[in-house]
Amino acid sequence: MMCNDARLLLHAYLDDELDAAQSVAITRHMQGCATCAADYADYAQLRKAMAQSSLYRHAPDELRKQWKAPERATSPVIAKPRRGLVGLAMAAGFVGALLLVAPMWVYMQHQRGGDTSAMVGDAVSSHIRSMQQQHLMDVVSTDQHTVKPWFEGKLDFSPRVKDLAGEGFPLIGGRLDALDGHSVAALVYKRRLHVINLYQWPSTSTTSAQDIAQWHGYTVIRWASRNMQYVAVSDVNEDDLRQFVLAFENDAVSPPMR
Amino acid sequence: MPADFQSTPFRASADRSVNFEVRVLPYLDAAYNLARWLARDDADAQDVAQEALLRAFRYFDSFHGTDARVWLLAIVRNTFYSLRSKTSPDGMHESFDDDVHTITDEQPSPEARMVLATDVISLQRALEKLPHPLREVIVLRELEECSYKEIASITGQKIGTVMSRLARARERLKTELTQQPSEARRHDVQ
Repeated sequence: MMCNDARLLLHAYLDDELDAAQSVAITRHMQGCATCAADYADYAQLRKAMAQSSLYRHAPDELRKQWKAPERATSPVIAKPRRGLVGLAMAAGFVGALLLVAPMWVYMQHQRGGDTSAMVGDAVSSHIRSMQQQHLMDVVSTDQHTVKPWFEGKLDFSPRVKDLAGEGFPLIGGRLDALDGHSVAALVYKRRLHVINLYQWPSTSTTSAQDIAQWHGYTVIRWASRNMQYVAVSDVNEDDLRQFVLAFENDAVSPPMR
Repeated sequence: MPADFQSTPFRASADRSVNFEVRVLPYLDAAYNLARWLARDDADAQDVAQEALLRAFRYFDSFHGTDARVWLLAIVRNTFYSLRSKTSPDGMHESFDDDVHTITDEQPSPEARMVLATDVISLQRALEKLPHPLREVIVLRELEECSYKEIASITGQKIGTVMSRLARARERLKTELTQQPSEARRHDVQ
């Protein structure tokens, strides 16, 4: 591969949009080309920087209220046209009417909580997204010695990878994902026909108690151990997921495998 | 349902509203985020988002796809460009020629690599400086985490175009964010 191709493809590689053959080609090229490798590192840094949550502009309350919380008694919200940007007058009437006919628009509101539940929600939606076709795994292997090296160079940390087939949770693969503004390693396990996603990324807290949450039928367990933050998500029942976490943490004291 | 509902010409079924609420409104933040980065102004962004949601509600019956987020974001984008062409007739002439904006070829040698400023203020400035066609793809990719395919369908571009625009957007950001070399040189590039 030539640098010219690589300079375009490394973005697609960063975005996880290349197939396996292309990924191999670009990794190989970067091993031999300091310039492209350094470029890649810059872009990875740029991506990380762009994940800073303050860059994301959340809808202002005003807008949210107009669409989400019409109390039955309130008069229709009129959006006023500004600086001739929109011919909104008609539209405003429309909103008013809309709000009148939609008294049931309230119930979504309570789903939004603080950071914690947002995090849980993120984890679940990531889990659900991962179940869509072709997104579940980037590296398909039941061998932890294949899965772990696969992450090398793709993350700035080395994830802990364990096969738990003996405990009834066979490892089936892994992929890169993003959660809560971090690049994370996602390990994919199975429990009978169910899929368990285990996310991990470095954290400052050495250990923390498990935090269990339920979200639309999914169970989410979060904990930290040995400077890693973990989140396990699945639709298996809570006991099974607890057991999985227990199994994963079980020999935490044994030397990390290479 | 109370009687006054019957009289409004806009009487929609409650199902439809609930449906809209469940399927589209979860992407209110996404809609606003895109509108805000395109418009670069709070009030304008609110107008764009508002108008886009109205359009979305109006055309909700014709939405048969599976991905409401992509559908809504495409509406936000179209709304922005159509409102912009109305308010500033000359504002539309920011034409974008994919061939002109080719990737520049000069690359600093690895030894002379500089450090990127990655604080929020610098990033925001650099992003706002990008031309719209580049800004929208990078915002959709990095902030909205859309796949190339999703970006292609939101912006009505080919996937290849999305890929090359993303590359260009990042190159520009990098140039924009590159700090003067000081003590912070990199020696660790192999």
